[in-house]
Amino acid sequence: MTTLRHAATIAAKDLRSEFRTKESINSTLSFSVVILLLFSFAFDPSPDMIAEFGGGLLWMVFAFAGALIVNRSFARELPNDCIDVLVSSPASGAALFLGKAVAAFVLLFGIECVCLPVFGVFYNITWWRSIGGLLGVLALGTWALACAGTFFSALTVNLRLRELMLPMLLYPMLIPALLSVMMLTNTLLTGQAIPDDFTVWLRLLIGFNVMFTTLSVYLAETVLVR
Amino acid sequence: MSAPAVAAAGVWKYFGDYPALRDVRFELQPGECLALLGRNGAGKTTLLRILGGLSGASKGAVEINGGDVRASETRAKIGWLGHSIGLYDELSARENLRTFGALYGVTTAMITEWLAKVNLSHVADSPVREYSRGMRQRLAVARSFLHEPKLLLLDEPFTSLDDKAIALLQGLLAEARAGGATIILSTHQIREAMELASKVALLDRGKLVHFGERTREMVEDPGYLYRTYGGAA
Amino acid sequence: MRRKIILALGVVALPLLLRNLYVIMFLVPDEMEQGPIYRIFYYHLPAFFTAALCYLTALVASVLYLAKKDQKYDAIAVSATETGLAFAAVNLITGMIWGRISWGIWWAWDPRLTWALICWLVYFGYLMLRSAIDDPTERAKNSAVLSIFASASVAVTWKAIEWWRTQHPGPVLSIRTGGVQKIDPAMEQMLYVNTVALLLLGLIFVLVRLRQEEVQREIDALRRYAHAMN
Repeated sequence: MTTLRHAATIAAKDLRSEFRTKESINSTLSFSVVILLLFSFAFDPSPDMIAEFGGGLLWMVFAFAGALIVNRSFARELPNDCIDVLVSSPASGAALFLGKAVAAFVLLFGIECVCLPVFGVFYNITWWRSIGGLLGVLALGTWALACAGTFFSALTVNLRLRELMLPMLLYPMLIPALLSVMMLTNTLLTGQAIPDDFTVWLRLLIGFNVMFTTLSVYLAETVLVR
Repeated sequence: MSAPAVAAAGVWKYFGDYPALRDVRFELQPGECLALLGRNGAGKTTLLRILGGLSGASKGAVEINGGDVRASETRAKIGWLGHSIGLYDELSARENLRTFGALYGVTTAMITEWLAKVNLSHVADSPVREYSRGMRQRLAVARSFLHEPKLLLLDEPFTSLDDKAIALLQGLLAEARAGGATIILSTHQIREAMELASKVALLDRGKLVHFGERTREMVEDPGYLYRTYGGAA
Repeated sequence: MRRKIILALGVVALPLLLRNLYVIMFLVPDEMEQGPIYRIFYYHLPAFFTAALCYLTALVASVLYLAKKDQKYDAIAVSATETGLAFAAVNLITGMIWGRISWGIWWAWDPRLTWALICWLVYFGYLMLRSAIDDPTERAKNSAVLSIFASASVAVTWKAIEWWRTQHPGPVLSIRTGGVQKIDPAMEQMLYVNTVALLLLGLIFVLVRLRQEEVQREIDALRRYAHAMN
């Protein structure tokens, strides 16, 4: 219970900081829109093609955006050595991790919600046909990115070449989650009939989230107490 | 007899195979003030970080008021002031104190009180980025005393502070000691440290070469300690 | 002592490898459908077994490191991971050569191939992380944590790729069904014998690498002592 209260404090602090400076929000949002635009030149897709790989395209953008967001996650604590104060405070490593992961999740999910209509306009898709399910799937995929990303951000925060190291570690490990969320998004985005293997991918995504969240919460203290 | 405020029992810290701390053992009773001396790289910061729960000992154990440092209740009673101020530049003084206060369970009224105490009430809602150096330091001091800690860990507190902040800090430290708090401060500035300290510890290459009462000679002659026990720069 | 063990293992492994090479090249018959190229399996599959065993060793050593905080386990983890990567590379490259001959293409997004590549990238990331951390204790801790995540991720990826492929069936025949039915007992036995040979080789690599790691740690500690003197 205390852990959750502490996590909420950290998440609120991170979000307040971010909205004050808008460093990640502005750069990530404009980056995402530019990538969406570039993809349309690269593929010049027809509606059929979008039905086939729209989810993949969208998640490529979100994966890039996610790396940018989580890069800031623990780096935010570096100036003035705030991380020392947080670790020495009564908040546990798990609480610090959870708070930061939630903040990253909120930021990334917000950016996705802006990108979705832009995507719809650029590629001429009526993406809102199964909006409830779509948002649910987006949330699951976003948590996978935010959770693993924030944890790896803690692992790499003190390193030279941090910005490069993080995505190199993150993307290969996220493949199962990305693969399933791409499949699921594809189905829901274009309002196709729900195929048989839909629940298989959903279970895989949820399983991945449960596993990575458990490992992260369990190992956060080990990583943060140096 | 109650548990000592700080008990280090044979603490070792390795960086790879290199021992940065070697078998450090000492005890402090509540209300004592320890000056932790030693030249750069002697292990002062490493020891302080272990006492504050920022880092784990490789061997041996640290107990704060009889409890494990990584227990939440223990850390709720520790105040930490490192080299840097440990504040968020983009947040205001009030927001900073509220964030840290929330982790320690400090009320809003106390935060307002502290803002007045460090003379920052008039700028409490502007971002810390806009503060002068002295104001930032005063806020950092308020941040570490906010939750009335029973153990204060200060890493080189006087190096970066201006005169006003030093006076403020010395006053607060005296007040805290009178209230039964234990203080450990690492420092280069022997004179300031000696004025405050009741005990003195000298680290040399990770070894605790001296631990004992502060004596007259130490206050009067800054070189005395290093000459007698080694570890001079 | 360690040197003598390595030497002894070498004395066993080298003749065995040479003998196996001779048997594989000149004594075992060609496979009916694939012809002579199938011989590459005598290295392809044993290399995979060795790599898998190395990855598993790295996981166990990483967990043990976090539990006991003994640098020995970190050295085992990194030695096993590096050796595993080397054998995984052999596995990948022999697979690609076989694919070029049999399917006419160097690379197909076959489930096993894809998985092996992802594994390789994940564990390569582990080595990258190591190279970026200076303090040996911090490096050991963070890479042990990463190794645990890597194992978990790689295990899930295996399932994910399998499902992904069943959804998009490629023009690829499964390696296993092709081999198992037609395999001659003599061929199967040879496969095991060469697995033993490669495992021995892998063990030698790990032991040599372990020695390097110990020396490296000693050098690092001495350097820190030297800095402390000044």
